[in-house]
Order: sequence, then structure tokens, then C-alpha cells
Amino acid sequence: MQRVLEVKDLQVSLSGEKVIRDLSFEVNKRDSLVVLGPNGAGKTTLFKALLGLIPYEGEVKWHTQKISYLPPQELVARTSLFPLTVFDFFDFKKTSSSATKKILKEVGLEASIAKKTVNKLSTGQFQRMIIAWALAGDPDVLLFDEPTSGIDVGGQETIYTLLHKFWEKRGLTILLVTHELNVVWEHASQVLCLNKKGLCYGNPDEVLTPKKLKELYGGGIKFYKHRQ
Amino acid sequence: MINQELLMGLVIVISIGAVSGFLGTLMLTKKMTLVGGPLGHLTLPGIAIALLLGFDVFFGAVAFVMLGILVIWIFEKLTRLPVETLTAIVFPFAMATSFLFLTEDETTQALIGDISQINLAITLGTAALSILVFLTIRYVYRKLVFIGVSADLAKVEGLNADRLNLIFLVCTALVIALSVRVVGGLMTVALMAIPASTSRNLSNNLTFYSWGGVLFGVLASMLGYLWYSFFAIPIGPAIIIVSVVLFLVSLLYKILVNK
Repeated sequence: MQRVLEVKDLQVSLSGEKVIRDLSFEVNKRDSLVVLGPNGAGKTTLFKALLGLIPYEGEVKWHTQKISYLPPQELVARTSLFPLTVFDFFDFKKTSSSATKKILKEVGLEASIAKKTVNKLSTGQFQRMIIAWALAGDPDVLLFDEPTSGIDVGGQETIYTLLHKFWEKRGLTILLVTHELNVVWEHASQVLCLNKKGLCYGNPDEVLTPKKLKELYGGGIKFYKHRQ
Repeated sequence: MINQELLMGLVIVISIGAVSGFLGTLMLTKKMTLVGGPLGHLTLPGIAIALLLGFDVFFGAVAFVMLGILVIWIFEKLTRLPVETLTAIVFPFAMATSFLFLTEDETTQALIGDISQINLAITLGTAALSILVFLTIRYVYRKLVFIGVSADLAKVEGLNADRLNLIFLVCTALVIALSVRVVGGLMTVALMAIPASTSRNLSNNLTFYSWGGVLFGVLASMLGYLWYSFFAIPIGPAIIIVSVVLFLVSLLYKILVNK
């Protein structure tokens, strides 16, 4: 199995407070790893550390250079302050206009949308657009942080199905942050339970027990396992 | 035959108008347009010293705007106060001290600009520096817009935000120092903000928007300069008034088109 990422004894502190401690895990090629945890568990911080956006202690070793990242969509400015079109957005990655149109079609958007300014896209269109953007340049690994935040339930399902399609079609390795449990059962090959420290790691069927979930989310969680 | 002084004046205002308008569109994307105001005021002690000692105002202006930025940066590290607050402390001090040493005429010149004392060296120097700054801004433009859209995404794509922001700040300081000759320390912000806003009203993509800033900066500077030359009104106010008229026309056009 080809290794893509190795994390060993990771520790991250923000403003003097230890947000992640003693975290170790590995990701192999074609894994679909879901990082699961409640709000404030350190999921976004983990991604930022993995990408070298914030300082950390411990070891983060990538075995690929082609990494693409998608932050929560509220962290991507959709300002009306200046006219940024979809084409302009793809130009940040030096993607040609023909390649832009092609990838937009692949995520189910009309090619004509490329001339629209980003602030005029609906939330669903915008999310598809940035997924297309993340896929531009044929990355080996995708890191998605809450890719469905701000999207209704029907739209969420569509986005995850879309990601699943690309994961299968392109042989990608996906790391996905979410607090939605159903995503794990439907789309994950591996799960990492995080609440400041790693509480479980491995195949969801084996490691995601009711006891672990209670430990992760607190006492109030109900355990319903849906399988397709 | 075209008057040589008129020609030199035109070269200066077109160069400064183009680079100011271009930079202004970038400042607008970074919500930093208002920063140009206080930075313009920081040039005033430099202009005062240049006028007192008889050297070119550009050198005094650039030295003091750089010094002002450095002082604000040091104060920020020492006090952790917001940059806006520190700017509000430093720039009135700069204005107050400069007015202690200037005569009434020199004060007017420092505040609203004076282009009557130009020569070939100033003209060529201004044009060359404007072109250099223009090309630098062009090189970093899309990178800085990208950082404005998402600093994290930009870093993951390999951009060095600190280095690019430093380049942006140095370019801003140079453009402000160039602008004070034409519009004075009081109105530098207008030379950047108004053409950018006019362009924003009319553009539907980033390329048109950035070049629109250049176009409206040049147009306002050129028409303002001709107004100053033939009707003997101060150069700074002339350019700003033309710039505002262009903005209002663009706004009217936008309203009519969207109706």
C-alpha cells in the first residue's frame, strides 16, 4: 500500500492553548479519511497544520506534492467589492479557459457560468465551483474542510456524491473534515475521531463503536447505523 | 509646436495617474483604500523639509512615508494597538509638526500639490519610476487578489503572503510619494480610490477592472492638468474634480444599465 501522509506525535498550540496533542496517523493512496469530531475539536486546526499554514510540533511527512485544499466556504471571500469572475478564480491556478470549462462541466455546471462573477453564484453553484477549482491541476490528494457548510440537506448529499464520484474515477486520496456522522458510513474508508487528541483511528466498522462516539461527542448522542 | 513645459507636465500627470489608478484597484480589492489618506499625510513633514532645504519633494515624501510606516509597525509590535489607532496618532503628529515650519504658500503647496517647478530630470525620473512601480504591481496583482480572496488557499498554492504584502506596501509608499507633487499630501487617496471606484462601476471582470483603473486615472489626470494649464486653477483640486465627475458619469451609466 503506497503511503501518502505520515503524522507522528503532532502537537498544535494556538494562543498558548494546546489544541491538538499526541496525534499520530497515516493515510494511504486512495484512502478516504474522514476526520470526525464536535465543534472546537481541532479539525480545521489539524488541516492547517498538515498544510503548514500554522506552526506545530511533531512530524508531518507528505509523500506527494500535488495537494489541493478547500477551506470552509465561509472562509473564501465572495465579495462584491470587485468583479472576480469564475474564469479569474481559475486563473489563480493558471488553469486555461478550455480546462476551466471542462472541469466545470464535470461538476455539473454550465460552461457559460465561467463568465459570471463569483458573488452572483448561488451557494450550491459556488460550492461546486470551488470543488472544480480544487480538482483543477489533477491533484493526488484533496483536503476538504466542511465542504457542505451552509448548504441544505439535499445539496449536501449531492456534494458528497460528487466527491465520491471523483474519488472513484480519479483514484484520489481524500481527507475530509466533518461533524456529520452519516458521511462516515457512506463515504469513508478510514475514520479519525478527534477531540483535541485522537480518540479512534481505522476502519469505521471496527473503530466507531457507540462507546467511542459517546466519548467523542459526550453523553447525549444516539447511535443509528445506516448502511446502503 | 507644443509647449515643452506643458508636455513635461502631461508626461508626469499621465504617469502618476496611470500607476495610481492601477494601484487603487488593488487597494480596493484589499479594502485598503482609506489607508492611502493617512499615508499621504505622513509625507507632509518630508515635503516641509524638502521645501525648506530646496530639494525635490519626492525624496522628502518617500523618506517620511517609509519612516511613518516603520514607526507604525514598531508601535504595533510594542503596544498591540490596532494599526488604524496608531495611524491616527502618527499622522496628525506628522501634519502638526510640518505646519510649524512652513509658510502659508508652502503649506498650500504641500497640501494640494504644485506642478509648476518641473524640469526634464523630474519628468524622466517620475516616468521611469512610475513604469517600474506599474510593472511591479502588474507582476503581483493577481497574487495579491488571490491572497485577499483566501490567504490559506494562496499559501497552499505556494504564495508568500508576507513578501507580497511587503512589495505592495513599498509600491503604495512610492506611488503616494509620486502623487504628492500633483495632488498634495491631502488628496493622494483620491487619486487612487476614485478611478478604481469608477472602473468598478463599469467592469465585469478583473482584467477590465484593473485596466479601467489605469484608463480613468490617466483620463482624470490629463483633463485635470489641461484645466489647470489653461484656466490657472490649482492642479490637485482640478484632477480630483474631474475624477469625481467621471465617477458620477459611471454611476449614472450603471444605474441606467441596471434599470
